[in-house]
Amino acid sequence: MSTGLLLVQTLNGLQLGVLLFLIAAGLTLVFGVMDFINLAHGVQYMLGAYLAVMFYGLTGSFLAALVLALAAALAFGLFLEFTIFRHLYGRDHLDQVIATFGIILFLNEGVKFLWGPAPLTLPIPELLSGSIVLMPGLLYPVWRVVVIAAGLIVAIGLYLLVNHTRVGMLVRAGAVNAAMVSALGVDIRRLFMVVFGFGTMLAGFAGVMIAPILSVEPGMGDTILILAFVVIVIGGIGSIRGAFVAALLIGLVDTLGRSFAVDVLRLVMAPAPARTVGPAIASMLIYLLMALVLYLRPAGLFPAGGR
Amino acid sequence: MAPLSIEPVKRLRRTLAGETAPVLLFLAFALVPILAAHGAEAYILDVGMRVMIFSIAALGLDLIVGYGALISFGHAAFIGIGAYAVGIMAASGIGDALVAMPVAVGAATVFALATGALSLRTYGVYFIMITLAFGQMAFFTASSLAPYGGDDGLTIRARDTVAGLPLLASDQALYYVALACLLGCYILCRALVASRFGRVFRGARENPVRVAALGFDVYRYQLVAYAISGALGGLAGFLLANETEFVSPAYMSWQRSGELIIMVLLGGLGRLHGAIIGAIAFILMEEWLSGVTEHWKMIFGPFLVAVVLFARGGLIGAWTALAARLRP
Repeated sequence: MSTGLLLVQTLNGLQLGVLLFLIAAGLTLVFGVMDFINLAHGVQYMLGAYLAVMFYGLTGSFLAALVLALAAALAFGLFLEFTIFRHLYGRDHLDQVIATFGIILFLNEGVKFLWGPAPLTLPIPELLSGSIVLMPGLLYPVWRVVVIAAGLIVAIGLYLLVNHTRVGMLVRAGAVNAAMVSALGVDIRRLFMVVFGFGTMLAGFAGVMIAPILSVEPGMGDTILILAFVVIVIGGIGSIRGAFVAALLIGLVDTLGRSFAVDVLRLVMAPAPARTVGPAIASMLIYLLMALVLYLRPAGLFPAGGR
Repeated sequence: MAPLSIEPVKRLRRTLAGETAPVLLFLAFALVPILAAHGAEAYILDVGMRVMIFSIAALGLDLIVGYGALISFGHAAFIGIGAYAVGIMAASGIGDALVAMPVAVGAATVFALATGALSLRTYGVYFIMITLAFGQMAFFTASSLAPYGGDDGLTIRARDTVAGLPLLASDQALYYVALACLLGCYILCRALVASRFGRVFRGARENPVRVAALGFDVYRYQLVAYAISGALGGLAGFLLANETEFVSPAYMSWQRSGELIIMVLLGGLGRLHGAIIGAIAFILMEEWLSGVTEHWKMIFGPFLVAVVLFARGGLIGAWTALAARLRP
C-alpha cells in the first residue's frame, strides 16, 4: 500500500465523487422540490455520452460536441418533462417508479437500436490528453484532473446559485414545502421545469465528461443511477450540500475500498480468504454505509429543513 | 325443477361469488399441461412454470406493497437466496427437496427478518432505498461466491429428489408442484389478509399512528408480514433453481426487483390474484414481444408508461372500468 497508489486512488475516488455529484444534484432537487422519483435520470447521463460521440463524429471538435450534446440533452429532458413526467407529479411513488423504469427500458434499447450494442469511444481532446507528474515516476492523466476541476467548478456555481439567487431561494423553499411556495404565488410548475431541465443538463454534462474515460454503452446509466440514489439518500433528499458531501464520500469509499479491501483484510485474516471476501466487502461497502446512515439518521446527513 | 337450488350447490355458489377470476386462473393453470401435450410441450411448460414461480414471489410482494404500502425494491434478493440455498446444497451433496425446500424458505425468512428489522425503522422513499441497498448487498455477495461460480453462476447437476425418489425429474411433475405451491401461497395470503393480523396490518397502511394508539405494535406486525413475504420469495427461488437447474447472481439484480414491482402493479395492486395476472401478462408479453423483435423493450417500455398514465389500478382496474362503461 504505497503512498503513490494511495494518492492516485484518492484522486480517482474524487473523480468518481464529482461525477456522482453532477448526477445526484439534479436528482436530489427534482426529488426534493416535486417529490418525484425519476429513475430515468441515469439514462440522461448515458444519452449525454452518446450525443457527444455522435456530435463529435459530425463536427470533429470536442468543444462543439460538448455544447451541442448539452443543448440536445436539455431539449430531450424538457420534452420528457412536457410529455410524460408532468402527469406523474401528484401520483404515487410506485407509479413514478414504474413509468420511469419503462423509459429506462425504452432508451437503453433505443441507443442499442440506433448506435448498436458495441461500446463506443470518444477521444480525449488533444490539448488535454497528456499526463501530469504527481511524484517522480508517477503520472496522472490530465483529463481526469479536468473532470475533477469541472465538477468542483459546477459545485461552486450551484452553491452560489442555490444560496445567493432568487431562483435558488425558491428552489430551497420548494424543497421544504412546495405547497406553501405555490400558495405564495410562485408558479411551481415553471420553477420545476427549470430545475428539471437544469438537472438533466448536469447529468448529460457528466456523461460527456466521462465518455473519454469509460466506454459508451447501453445500460451505462443504470449502475450510476443506483449510486446516485445512494448519494442523495445519504446526503438527505433535496439538499445540494448533502449531495456534495455524500457524493465525495461515496466516491472515495467505493474507490479506496475496491483498491485496498484485500490488503486491509490481510491484516486480520489469511491471504486466501482475504482475496475472496475482499472484493465482496468492497462492492458492498457503500450499501453498508447507506444502511448505517439510514439506521442512525433516517432522513440522511443533511435533511432539507422542516421534514 | 331448479337443480341449482339444492342447498350444497347454493352454498358453493355463495362462496364462489366474486371469485370467478381466481378460480378461472387456477383452472387455466391446471389445464395448461394437458393442452401443452398437443403442442410445443417443453416450451409451454417452461413458460408456465416461470409464470407460476414469479407469481409466488409477486404474491409475496403484493402482500406488503398492496396491503401495507411497504414498497420493497430488493425483493429479487429473496428469490436469489432461495435459489442459492438449493444450488449450494446440491453442490455439497444435499439434493433432497425435504431438506432443500425448508432451508431455502428458512434462509430467505431469516434474511427478511434481519433486513426488515433495520429497514422498517425508515418509511416511504427511504424504505424503498434501504431495501434496494440490502438487495444490492445480496447481489454482490452472490457475485463474489467464487467457489459457487461467482459472476457466472452455478449449474445444478440434477433436480432435487423427494425422500430419495426422483419425483421432480419430469417437467409435468414439477409443474404441478409449482401449481400446488402457488395455490397454497394464494390461500395463505388470502387468509392472512382477512385475519385479525391482516386487519391490523392494513390499518397500519392507512394510518400507523392510530393503529399504534389502539395498542398495537405496528413495527412487529410489519416485520412479520415482511418475513412472510420474504419466505414466499425463498419458495419461488427454490422452484426456480429446480426449474432451470442453474442459479446466478442475475436473479438478484435490481432490475429483477423492478420487474417484480411491475408485475404487481400491472395486474392491480392489493388484490392478490392481481399479482398472478400481472406475472402472466409480464412474462407472456416478454415472450411474445421478444419473438416479434429483438428490440422488444422499445415496445414494452412505452407500454409501461401507458399503463401508469391511462390504466390506474392495472389490468384489473382497466377491465373493471371498461366493463362499467359497456354496461348499459
